[in-house]
Amino acid sequence: MLAIAGTVPSEGFPLIDGEIILEDNHIRICDEYISINRGTPALMAAAIKTAETLGQPAPFGYLIGDIGLGKGSRRLYKYLTDHLPQSDFQILTFHYLQPIVHWHERLQQALHEMKKLPILIADAGFMYVAKMSGQAPMYDLFTPDIGELAFLADEKAPHPFYTRGFILHDENRVSDLIARAYTHNNAARFLLVKGKQDYLASRQGILETVDSPVEEALEAIGGTGDTLTGIVSALIDSGMSIPEAAVVAMKANRLAGFYAKPTPATQVMEIIQHIPKALSKILEKRV
Amino acid sequence: MVFENTSEVIQAENALKREGWEIRVMGPPPEIQSGCDLIIEFPLIEELNILRMLENEGMPPLEIVPVTSPLLQPVDLFHIKDFGEYLMVRAANMKLTVEKATGNIVNVSGGGCPDVPFLACEMVGHTLADAPSPREIGHTLCGYALQLAFEEMQRQCSP
Repeated sequence: MLAIAGTVPSEGFPLIDGEIILEDNHIRICDEYISINRGTPALMAAAIKTAETLGQPAPFGYLIGDIGLGKGSRRLYKYLTDHLPQSDFQILTFHYLQPIVHWHERLQQALHEMKKLPILIADAGFMYVAKMSGQAPMYDLFTPDIGELAFLADEKAPHPFYTRGFILHDENRVSDLIARAYTHNNAARFLLVKGKQDYLASRQGILETVDSPVEEALEAIGGTGDTLTGIVSALIDSGMSIPEAAVVAMKANRLAGFYAKPTPATQVMEIIQHIPKALSKILEKRV
Repeated sequence: MVFENTSEVIQAENALKREGWEIRVMGPPPEIQSGCDLIIEFPLIEELNILRMLENEGMPPLEIVPVTSPLLQPVDLFHIKDFGEYLMVRAANMKLTVEKATGNIVNVSGGGCPDVPFLACEMVGHTLADAPSPREIGHTLCGYALQLAFEEMQRQCSP
């Protein structure tokens, strides 16, 4: 089973955990309704749409409110540290959490207390802290965009904000950036790089590239990376290998974006609606 | 000077610059990095005066650490993408997109700290002129990067 952990942008939002349910334009965990605009709720909504399409059970969610002060993230780190050792999730996806190194280390210890170490996926703030802690190789999949790939490639940068200028955020240098990230052990077992073209890479280099359909506007739309992470997480949960799931997810996310006929003003929920159709189309082609 | 969080750094930076102190917001040295950090670099000779001022303002630093090696510099490169009716500015990992005709903020993307979705909620739908600035309501390095993108967008869209 897949579990997803992250935050919502509301200071008073309580710590909740449970099955994630999608109702209209909201997700629901227990009795709490959360609007889907971007961030972890967008990731969760994309994962649910994917699971529904595949006839899989809904993922499990851990959520708390945090507006950037880190209070909610700290509570969630502690909760996960206390509860995950007793759980039996096969896949864990960590998302918008405040990057806090000592909490990351404690959580890593808790993960190693689980009966079997799950497949570990990290995006957003949790990917930052995984890299900064020097623990990136422990993860199975990171999902950076080009700017975040440059951060992974910069062995000195503790956060994308400090990526040095000579490490250009340039799509033409993706291969070099990937190699540099692996050279310094700052990448997960697989990288799914989101951009004008999407790339699947490992220590061996670029394994797959997906470049169509092209919708330039997607780069401006908040949450399109979150949906990709949600789709790939749910596909892996369905039993696909990570490389197989990554390629299907890259294609399906792009196609869902294409179906939404996006402009730079499009909101991510409009794209999420098209995930089932896009995913069905991609899976149909594979048969 | 090390502070509790990035929003305290931003407040202290504003106060110190207002008083004319020559300071720089920088990345912390590796030995005190804890996650999402900024620090303020100041001339050691002014320590007492600066501390007094910050204490009077109710924002004393958590600690003061002597630094001998070069500090990490915040990103200072911007990427501009013109979509025709829309303009996007990227600073580090943060992207801000505006409708050119109206100055309306239509999207905020990128970033990974928890204030990014919060900032997006607060800013999208407002114009550059009336949107709250990330400097005022953000708390993390992603918020600070969005502030840089916001300022660059204001420069790009000014007549």
